[in-house]
Amino acid sequence: MDIRIDKIRKEFGDFPALHDVSLNIRSGELIALLGPSGSGKTTLLRLVAGLEYPSQGRILFGEEDASWKSVQERNVGFVFQHYALFKHMTVFDNVAFGLRVRGSKDRPPKAEIRRRVEELIDMVQLSGMESRYPGQLSGGQRQRVALARAMAIEPRVLLLDEPFGALDAKVRKDLRKWLREFHDRTGHTTLFVTHDQEEALELADRVVVMSQGKIEQVGSADDIYDRPQSAFVFSFVGDSAKLPVTVANGDVTFRGAPTGLRTSVGNGEKHIFFRPRDIALQDDGPAFEGRILSMRRLAGARIAEIDAGLGEGAERVEIELPLGVPAEQGSVIRFLPHRFAIF
Amino acid sequence: MADQQSAPHHPRDAVSEPALVRWLLILISAIFLALFLVVPLGTVVGRVVVAGWGSFVDTISESDTQSAIRLTLSVAALAVPFNLVFGIAAAWAIAKFEFKGKTFLTTLIDLPFSVSPVISGLVYVLLFGADTWLGPQLKAMGFPIIFAFPGIFLATVFVTFPFIARELIPLMQAQGTADEEAAISLGASGWQTFIRVTLPNIKWALLYGVLLCNARAMGEFGAVSVVSGHVRGKTETMPLHIEALYNDYSTDGAFAVASLLAALALVTLILRTLLEVKFGADVGNGRHK
Repeated sequence: MDIRIDKIRKEFGDFPALHDVSLNIRSGELIALLGPSGSGKTTLLRLVAGLEYPSQGRILFGEEDASWKSVQERNVGFVFQHYALFKHMTVFDNVAFGLRVRGSKDRPPKAEIRRRVEELIDMVQLSGMESRYPGQLSGGQRQRVALARAMAIEPRVLLLDEPFGALDAKVRKDLRKWLREFHDRTGHTTLFVTHDQEEALELADRVVVMSQGKIEQVGSADDIYDRPQSAFVFSFVGDSAKLPVTVANGDVTFRGAPTGLRTSVGNGEKHIFFRPRDIALQDDGPAFEGRILSMRRLAGARIAEIDAGLGEGAERVEIELPLGVPAEQGSVIRFLPHRFAIF
Repeated sequence: MADQQSAPHHPRDAVSEPALVRWLLILISAIFLALFLVVPLGTVVGRVVVAGWGSFVDTISESDTQSAIRLTLSVAALAVPFNLVFGIAAAWAIAKFEFKGKTFLTTLIDLPFSVSPVISGLVYVLLFGADTWLGPQLKAMGFPIIFAFPGIFLATVFVTFPFIARELIPLMQAQGTADEEAAISLGASGWQTFIRVTLPNIKWALLYGVLLCNARAMGEFGAVSVVSGHVRGKTETMPLHIEALYNDYSTDGAFAVASLLAALALVTLILRTLLEVKFGADVGNGRHK
């Protein structure tokens, strides 16, 4: 099922949660909505589900305008952040819920419901736990019950709100891999919301980075990480260093001194962004200069926090130093980023 | 525990008091309860026992007493379901929606707790009494309010409506709306969601609220006294009948009816205790005050 989000606006009272958001999702894609809290990602997910209605704009399921359809009519599978399992029902009854509440003409016969529910429970690897209550399950198991319950109604699209948010690190990783396989097997168009970039980059076909109610960038993990389109994406995804620079006719200067870098960005006061590891130390020629304030050792590298202003009003950035380079706290180093972006 | 190892001479929790203080507090509570609850209730039962079973049966089988029992039970039987519907609706609105005037509505629900029951009754006299425009009209149409069943019913509803709503609001607020959203996303209608998801989530608090509401509905004196008119065999509820018997120097009769009313309240209390023992934390969740 293709989903088209067309110039959606959403306001809660006076607070604008989404401004003119448009997004095309292809059938069978696994999409991550990534952003900090308050970026509007959950609101967008709830709008697609029909748990909220847009103030303006349209949401299309295939060719059909679903903007004003109720949740029930949209037939979406929604997995809630804290699962929202029905505590007073067994695993079996939870999964069967969506089938049992159907009108008598759409409701499958009892034996058919049993067969389908057992099949789903088997698919999420919970066979033998049918008669347990949610309170007797671990977090990861509850998560899978919630997924099976959402899948029972044969949804046109699967929506997951922070699917791994409430789980510990180990379970998260396992379940992440498992969800990817599950998606590849069932082929459902899937949207999930997360604030964890690692999760989004690893799991999704395409990542939608959101900030303050707007989409900042849509792309594959490589696009997002290697070719960030905005200052926000650059600093939000992955480690980054940021320094104030001046651009004049393509020449980049830092604190009045030329850096030798060239850019196609227009003139003005800008910021240069680069990854801590995308630097090369310079012996002579124009470069950024800075004093090492502190160093810490990671597994395969050393991270140096440096004061790029050389004392006059600290501009602190972190860069990665190759292991062989002699450097210690207090020493001055000269470097240039070999990959950078200026916004 | 670690605590005990490091300080073997004080094997107790940090928050617990010395034995003397504990016993003193328990003793004070016990004496207080004995003086203010057991002794009076015991007296009631004692009087009945002394007067003898025959006297008890005589009083209870008197037609005025029978009528009072019937009236009390029917008022409670009507007022409780009425407040059940209102309580769920109000709790639902307050816990699950955002709207202007929500705080005001919450305060209004508490009104009967803070207003003297006499005033609660007087309100209806001022609304429907003989001096008003509405009262005589309704009476002429064969539907008298004051000094009749409808007035007693209204006063009872007014006095008892906070009980169920108060019980449900904190619980429903704590539960939030995620379960309901999950149900509708799975295709359930509003009614199915209520019956299959919301109601099971609140059932113990609801039952507890109903028991409290019922106990108060049967025992209400002040508000009912103002609107009833004290017509024997007609508009006298059990509490009013007890007072009437007592004022007539029929002390044994008064105590007989009182013991019956107390027994009804005790049944409620015992049911409540059974619920708490059986579902401990669950029932306690929604308790007010």
